[in-house]
Amino acid sequence: MVSPILELTNINKSFGHVHANKNINLTINKGTIHGIIGENGAGKSTLMSIVFGLYQANSGTIKVNGKEINLRSPKDSIINGIGMVHQHFMLVENFTVLENIILGFEGELVFGKNLEKAKKDLKDLCDTYKLNIDLNSTISDLSVGFRQRVEILKSLYRGAEILILDEPTGVLTPQEVDELFKILRSLKEEGKTIVLITHKLIEIMDLTSEVSVMRQGEMVGHTKTENTNKEQLAEMMVGRSVLLRLDKSEVKAGEVLFSVNNLTVKDDLDVTRVKNVDLEIRSGEILGLAGVTGNGQTELLEALSGIRKVESGEIYLEGKKVSDSQNFLDPRELKDKGLAHVPEDRQRMGLVTDFKAYENLIFGYHDQQPFSKSLVLNHRDIISHSKKIMEEYDVRPQSPNLITSNFSGGNQQKIILSRELNENPKVLLVGQPTRGVDIGAIEFIHQRLIDMRDRGAAILLVSVELDEVLSLSDRIVVMFDGKIVGEKDNKNVTDRELGLLMAGVV
Amino acid sequence: MEFLSDIASLINSTLRISTPLVFAAMAGIFAERSGVIDFSLEGKMLMAAFVAAVGSYFLGNPWLGLLLAIIACVSLSMLHGFASVTYKGDQVVSCVAINILIIGLTTALAAAWFGQAGLTPTLNEDQRFLEVNLPFAESLRDVPIIGTIYSDILSGHYIFVYLAYLSVPLVFWVVFKTSFGLRLRAVGENPSAVDTAGINVFAMRYKALAINGVLIAFAGAHLSTAVNANFFREMSAGRGYLALAAMIFGKWHPKTALVACLLFGFTDALQIRLQGVELPAIGEIPVQLIQAIPYVLTVVLLAGFVGKAIAPNAIGQPYIKER
Repeated sequence: MVSPILELTNINKSFGHVHANKNINLTINKGTIHGIIGENGAGKSTLMSIVFGLYQANSGTIKVNGKEINLRSPKDSIINGIGMVHQHFMLVENFTVLENIILGFEGELVFGKNLEKAKKDLKDLCDTYKLNIDLNSTISDLSVGFRQRVEILKSLYRGAEILILDEPTGVLTPQEVDELFKILRSLKEEGKTIVLITHKLIEIMDLTSEVSVMRQGEMVGHTKTENTNKEQLAEMMVGRSVLLRLDKSEVKAGEVLFSVNNLTVKDDLDVTRVKNVDLEIRSGEILGLAGVTGNGQTELLEALSGIRKVESGEIYLEGKKVSDSQNFLDPRELKDKGLAHVPEDRQRMGLVTDFKAYENLIFGYHDQQPFSKSLVLNHRDIISHSKKIMEEYDVRPQSPNLITSNFSGGNQQKIILSRELNENPKVLLVGQPTRGVDIGAIEFIHQRLIDMRDRGAAILLVSVELDEVLSLSDRIVVMFDGKIVGEKDNKNVTDRELGLLMAGVV
Repeated sequence: MEFLSDIASLINSTLRISTPLVFAAMAGIFAERSGVIDFSLEGKMLMAAFVAAVGSYFLGNPWLGLLLAIIACVSLSMLHGFASVTYKGDQVVSCVAINILIIGLTTALAAAWFGQAGLTPTLNEDQRFLEVNLPFAESLRDVPIIGTIYSDILSGHYIFVYLAYLSVPLVFWVVFKTSFGLRLRAVGENPSAVDTAGINVFAMRYKALAINGVLIAFAGAHLSTAVNANFFREMSAGRGYLALAAMIFGKWHPKTALVACLLFGFTDALQIRLQGVELPAIGEIPVQLIQAIPYVLTVVLLAGFVGKAIAPNAIGQPYIKER
């Protein structure tokens, strides 16, 4: 017999002009794993922050176990058995695991008897759910996967019956995701209720028994997971049909635009990360570079874009040498010669997140006509250019004056892409173009990259998402331990073959 | 024996001179561990000195003066909290405003009430704190070593000196051994973690600031109703800033902050001791040069030896709950 453990009725929440949640109704049954799916900015996190008492709803009621409750702060939620694992962990990094967990629930003014009891209770919880956490380790020494487990343990210790997880897999490696799912399944076995917020369809299909879909602040559908499929959910999320597989024309590769000869690169700690790499990219093709994170892709990309010094070897742009260990062009000079770069870490290298969108939209081109005339920025032209380009690239919201950090990850990426693609570069280097980007924006970004290729650009795509490399690239090279360990034509390659190359087995 | 008594008197003055620094550094630890920058230790110390002197003068009892000083300093801390915690203003600006306000206010009030700009009347013995002679200090004085340590170094200080050194283990205990201390440290590192644990971030910061106000009041009262018998203009003389430097040098930790305070106190004591002394080969060192020692030391220590002084992670950032 299913009984609802959490019922939300007509929840509304606004932030200034933004109506983040509109008349949300949601029922979650006891002992289930319930997925809430939607694009970035659809209002999922806001809704769950209301359930957790972090935000207060403007109107609406919340019932737990049939009883209406008034949530003024997370304390009220915790008392009612609601726990939440946030996307950005709520941990004090220089505290131990134990200190983080008992924070606010010390049960005594001066540490003593209760602290010992807490240690024992936590050990029992760790054993029950096979969490394998050392209570005395400091958070900053733990991997991301373990920090997440600490968050889960924290919620359980505080008596959570309903556990909300906000985008839990975004920061995890595939192995860590498997471990997490194991833990979540065993929590369900023990009768806990789990709410999984995500924008990844595969997780919903894999883990949940029921799913609710949100779009632009509204709840657009509820269904049993077994009665739906990925395509249907994607359509509900985006509000139109989505191509999960890309259509692209036959490759028409021209002359070599960009090539790398015997390149070796060291990192900041003087460790050789790129070892004797040769690459060739032709006009009108996308070369995919696959590999597990940390096998030298980052350093390679930085060297190719002029950010990092070349140890030995040469880089050629349109047949002319642009860099070797003696002379190298800086990113600015490379840009002037028609090379554009979309960096892997968009918030650190691609954007100044505290600046306004229009400022980020012209960086690197800010001193050129019409943005700048005799040392003075031309504000009116910058704004009108920004508006035009934001419309063209579907950056939402279309407000050039908004601070960049207020845009979702996907829209931040569109800001960088629009800036770089707008100049029609001959060579484009792209790192992790869709990391943390929602499904509607992924489709858009992929389509833009294909368009660039069809216009004759040479594109190097570096991505840890194998699906992305497979669906976009014309040729694929695999990097392992700083070396290129294999090259495949996209037509006759399987992800199994690539997986073996990526693991360094072949 | 001359040498030994020189050392004893040097240690004795180090303890006395360090006292306001210790109170102020402990006060700073509470504010800054909670994530609120406290540049206004200087202003609050000056305010406490003024209020304690005036209070004792009118009420005839130094303890009542101290009580008024505590009320004044806690009020100033609340003002700082109101501006920078509740209204999320810039914490440094709020502190600088308090410091400037107090310099002007104390001078003006002294002029209005006593007719002398920045000077309060001299307190008589009933109106100020006197030196405390520990039991048996006189009879033990002639015992070698023990007599020197007990009677010459430990005995004969003002009550504040003893309170200051007792406050250090107390602060350590509160910060590291109690649940309040755990929450205090957490709120300065990651206020979101505290909020999601169901604790009110703003209330925690106000509590920390209240304790900060109480502690800094002792430093001010020590200056105007114990070592001196009146208040004079800008009598805190940068001790608030020096204490802040000591706290940073001590990495926001009561024990190491104490060491730093003693170090600053020692250089000051040495500086006083060296004035007018003829050194062999060098001759008499100019007073100005000697007086600069503590400040030069501060700069050198802070610039060179602090190493990685890791401030509380969330220091200086107002907590904003909703985006």
